[in-house]
Amino acid sequence: MSEILVIAEHDGEQVKLATLSAIGFAQKICAERGGQFVVLVLGHEISLIADSLRTFGAASVLIADNLALKEPLADRYAHVIAEVVRTQNATIVVGAASTYSKDILPRAAALLDAGMISDVIEVRTDGSDFVFRRVMYAGNVIATVKLAGAIKFLTVRSSAFPPPAKTGVISSLVSVALESGNLPAQIEFVGREAKVAGRPDSTEARVVVSGGRAIKNSEDFERLIGGLADVLGGAVGSSRALVDSGIAPNSLQVGQTGKVVAPDLYIAAGISGAIQHMAGMKDTKVIVAINKDADAPIFEVADYGLVGDVYQVVPELVEKLKK
Amino acid sequence: MGSISKRGNELKILVPLKRVTDPDTKIRLRPDGSDVALEGVKFAVNPFDAIALEEALRIKEKIGDGEIIVTSVGGDECIEQLRIGLAMGADRALLIKAEPNLDSLAIAKILAAVYRREHPDFVLMGKQAIDDDSNQVGQMLSGLLGLGQATFVSKLELLDNNTLASCGRETDAGIETVIVKFPAIITTDLRLNEPRYVSLPGIMKAKKKPLVEIELSDLGVNASTRTTILHLEPPPRRKAGVRVKTVDELVDKLRNEAKVI
Ligand SMILES: Cc1cc2nc3c(=O)[nH]c(=O)nc-3n(C[C@H](O)[C@H](O)[C@H](O)COP(=O)(O)OP(=O)(O)OC[C@H]3O[C@@H](n4cnc5c(N)ncnc54)[C@H](O)[C@@H]3O)c2cc1C
Ligand SMILES: Nc1ncnc2c1ncn2[C@@H]1O[C@H](COP(=O)(O)O)[C@@H](O)[C@H]1O
Repeated sequence: MSEILVIAEHDGEQVKLATLSAIGFAQKICAERGGQFVVLVLGHEISLIADSLRTFGAASVLIADNLALKEPLADRYAHVIAEVVRTQNATIVVGAASTYSKDILPRAAALLDAGMISDVIEVRTDGSDFVFRRVMYAGNVIATVKLAGAIKFLTVRSSAFPPPAKTGVISSLVSVALESGNLPAQIEFVGREAKVAGRPDSTEARVVVSGGRAIKNSEDFERLIGGLADVLGGAVGSSRALVDSGIAPNSLQVGQTGKVVAPDLYIAAGISGAIQHMAGMKDTKVIVAINKDADAPIFEVADYGLVGDVYQVVPELVEKLKK
Repeated sequence: MGSISKRGNELKILVPLKRVTDPDTKIRLRPDGSDVALEGVKFAVNPFDAIALEEALRIKEKIGDGEIIVTSVGGDECIEQLRIGLAMGADRALLIKAEPNLDSLAIAKILAAVYRREHPDFVLMGKQAIDDDSNQVGQMLSGLLGLGQATFVSKLELLDNNTLASCGRETDAGIETVIVKFPAIITTDLRLNEPRYVSLPGIMKAKKKPLVEIELSDLGVNASTRTTILHLEPPPRRKAGVRVKTVDELVDKLRNEAKVI
């Protein structure tokens, strides 16, 4: 039997969609192996968020609510997660492969002397053990790995695990006893840059339109890439080149060291297709590349390639899509 | 911001450097899938670690004093990367001799032992090694040592007479700013800086800088590894697509063939 602890990520208002894939992962293991899973939500004033997680068959939804947990700071979050793992006797701790989990979970793993596997894309049972598959080397290698130890920490890619089925039973809500005085406080939160509202997150969208070095400034980026994303109801993304030059914010970067997206449609406009970029979008269903260089490597992975200038093609595409 | 001034006891910064396959190298696998084919492959300092070292050097240059120690865990071949670190400007190097392919927790335990030996003011290191892409060691190290951490940092400012750092972190939701008190662990993101190239005088000077080799047993660490790699394979290839000549054709294909819009 395995006790799985799913760490739910949220933005203070709602659960991140990627968390649902982590719950899907937990459901899958429980269906194959028996056992049960619980979901842990950390934060402050999070009862609505916790409520939204009660229909997926978790044995319970645990709430760690405290003013000191208002922001996801790794020192105290890891501390609480490690405590909950101990009290729940969890053997697997799983979260979505996001900057949130990447910041917090390895720290919690170390507190428990547990190993961790990042970016899991597949799991199989092997006797009483598990075999995982994960990507390495900027997506150039898929490794099959095992992880020893009584407690295993994982992050899973949302593109690899479907969201969970809803169940009839409503999970119980249980609050985690916390003493604020005992929570570590080595990290002080100063602020977060206001999120540009309006468009979906690239990891959650069905369509992602990304711009590369071909785009000359932020106004053009907004007009061309943002404009095309808007007619398609999609999200915007970018290559690192635009993040480096300050044309696009870092939160838009797709790739090995940015976000990994797997939408139904990915449009790469003026992106050459460096392996580091492709590591973040290769699992897309349909890739469209627009590039003036007919030999750009992006065409090797594109389902539909159009050789042309983004400054001409994109406005024309926007016009035609509006019809 | 508090001004950066020289302290009586100099600032000490530990920078781990991992030897990795060069980011521009094409990765090939051995036919039996047991490992990456390393013959003829170029190696480099993990780019994120080079950024960490560059930042440490800039801090030292700004303060006018300080000691920067680079360390690598692995076989003798890591000396190549430590020498690059020394040539960039680090003051001394520690090679922790260990078998290759240790997992993140084992590396973190070894680095924790190095930390306890050196007692740096802070550790500046890469957020991620571009070979295993784990993004774990810095966070594990912070947990093991019970220190504050700031990960994915693209803006770093020392405050209060170099006792604190204000860190801009690149998160999925945008830049977040946190303050950590030293000692602390800081991991770097790509936009923090652009590392300098190694200069010829740098290489000459590096030859005289101390590079000490330490056996794992001397550090007193049990570095057993929990992760076992069973098999490596290339990802499935995408099948070649088609070229479209006009925007009309593209729209038609997306609507009627792929049915994604
Ligand atoms: C450790 C490391 C990690 C990295 N991580 C990432 C990552 O996560 N994500 C990422 O994206 N990159 C990453 N990179 C950088 C990556 O290697 C490339 O440098 C980057 O992706 C290039 O961005 P680009 O395609 O926009 O620019 P370029 O490679 O310069 O390509 C621009 C393309 O636009 C085309 N073009 C120019 N003008 C026009 C026009 N008017 N119309 C149409 N086409 C035009 C050109 O033909 C060219 O193909 C990383 C690099 C390293 C070393
Ligand atoms: N063998 C090693 N020697 C020195 N530093 C390492 C080693 N392995 C990992 N690191 C450090 O840990 C960081 C994160 O690595 P990882 O968690 O493997 O992605 C790297 O950027 C290095 O700073």
